[in-house]
Amino acid sequence: MMRPDLEIIQQWIDPGSKVLDLGCGDGSLLNYLNANKEVRGIGLEIDADNIQRCLDSGINVIEQNLDNGLSNFQSGSFDTVLLTQTLQALSKPDVLVEEMLRIGKKGIVTFPNFGNWKSRLYLASKGRMPVSKFMPHSWYNTPNIHFCTVKDFDALCKEKNIKILTRTVVDLEHQGSWYMKAWPNLLGEIAIYHITKETAC
Amino acid sequence: MSDSFPTDSVGLVEPQVYHFDEPLPLRSGKSIPAYDLIVETYGTLNPDKTNAILICHALSSDHHAAGFNSADNTKPGWWDACIGPGKAIDTNLFHVVSLNNLGGCSGSTGPASINPLTGKYYGPDFPVITVRDWVLSQVRLMDRLGIAKWAAVVGGSLGGMQVLRWSISYPERLDHAVCIAAAPKLSAQNIAFNEVARHSITSDVNFHKGRYLEHDTYPKQGLMLARMVGHITYLSDSAMRAKFGKSLSDLEQNSTENFGRDLRSGKLSFGFNIDFQVESYLHYQGERFSENFDANTYLLMTKALDYFDPSVDYEGDLSKAFEKSDCKFFVLSFSTDWRFPPERSREIVTDLLKAGKQVSYIEIEADQGHDAFLLAIPRYIDALSAYLKKVHKELVDDAS
Repeated sequence: MMRPDLEIIQQWIDPGSKVLDLGCGDGSLLNYLNANKEVRGIGLEIDADNIQRCLDSGINVIEQNLDNGLSNFQSGSFDTVLLTQTLQALSKPDVLVEEMLRIGKKGIVTFPNFGNWKSRLYLASKGRMPVSKFMPHSWYNTPNIHFCTVKDFDALCKEKNIKILTRTVVDLEHQGSWYMKAWPNLLGEIAIYHITKETAC
Repeated sequence: MSDSFPTDSVGLVEPQVYHFDEPLPLRSGKSIPAYDLIVETYGTLNPDKTNAILICHALSSDHHAAGFNSADNTKPGWWDACIGPGKAIDTNLFHVVSLNNLGGCSGSTGPASINPLTGKYYGPDFPVITVRDWVLSQVRLMDRLGIAKWAAVVGGSLGGMQVLRWSISYPERLDHAVCIAAAPKLSAQNIAFNEVARHSITSDVNFHKGRYLEHDTYPKQGLMLARMVGHITYLSDSAMRAKFGKSLSDLEQNSTENFGRDLRSGKLSFGFNIDFQVESYLHYQGERFSENFDANTYLLMTKALDYFDPSVDYEGDLSKAFEKSDCKFFVLSFSTDWRFPPERSREIVTDLLKAGKQVSYIEIEADQGHDAFLLAIPRYIDALSAYLKKVHKELVDDAS
């Protein structure tokens, strides 16, 4: 089954375009985009098992730690740079988002929205860091070191002069609804941003 | 007796010699009027001749990459860990072509061959060969074999450099380039080690300015020393600790505690004899090598390494060299390789990305240093295997 955020993302990818997927996991999104949009895709990943799965499915994958930067990529060398469910695990998420938009004409960022009411309720009622099916780690062993909320990311974009082309939030079943649109930071479980630095858009 | 070979071995193989009469123009401006190339092949060439893989060998290897040359032979080819039925370079799927490069000493024309013009050994008169000269000779071999395009060209170390040259000079003649434990060009440190090796050979009293065969001798000490130095650069510190620290591990169950300082006879000699296992090992490796390898070939091979730099034709910008490349690339490196460390492979990847090429890159955690590329390291084998399976699937899909 396709991850909820991925189905929405693919609508923003032009057929035949060049796509860089940062933290591409097992390559399922690139695999889908290869098959359905014939993109020229490259994924970056550090987990050896995930890299093997990418190679098994014939995806171009480069073993690279995102925390070491992306200086090996040329400016404007990709149409779209993806960062799905990885932002919160980066040591310098703000720097990487800027790098994304140096390398790609457009960027797509998805992350678990820590401002979701469930997280808020968990923290408020239990007084402990939220642990759920969606965020299964304890505070001390989580790879997710930079959680943020929809409002936080909006603020980052404003500060960095990043234009938000589309912002959407979904729940884990990737259902969007009118009330989620009305209160994205409260009700959205996954935030999905289509962003650019180009002024002409 | 062939049924006594392991089931995943290509079994008994017989090399074939191809003679070429058309002169080969060389990078140096000289040319070789005629030459032989000795070749082994494994697996069956399909009717469309689309499933061929070329293996490019490293400094001291040859055409004998897999299987056994005689029934009573116990030592398989140098890349038997990777080539065979069901192995990473799967001979059930591919027709694998492996040759001894020109200038070699295993059956292809080289310094130890007779120069037809003089009737004497070529010796030091054999022209300096570069990686691009080898690749041109490999193109001619390919034409002779009736292969229009390689499904993949694969090589490690100096072999990986030939792979890069293929992708640059003959983009229309390969679909995939697999470059393992290589570098875009040698560093000063790499060249320095090569020069020590060369100097040890040329300063041997039996070298006779390269005409040792005419004197019915060979520079044994020089070759030994060259190999000993080379061998140190192929291993990692951790690999040496593990390799020469075994006896203590049996005693204390701590394999690297003595830093690989195992003694040969259990006590120090307080003389200048061989005290440590590592010394004895290097002497053994050097000695064995000196008996089987031609000194002039060693000089040539190290020069080919030193001269390799495809960016020279492109104002030093390797990415420009790759601009016309039309294949997909797979680059692999090993964590403890200090001869061509992962950073060197990443340089290649960066230039490929700059040129907008399709590339995959993995960095394999391995203790064995540069030598790791010859060994059956699980992640390495799995990755190479997966990549080549997709290569095969592509050519099957293309055919249907």
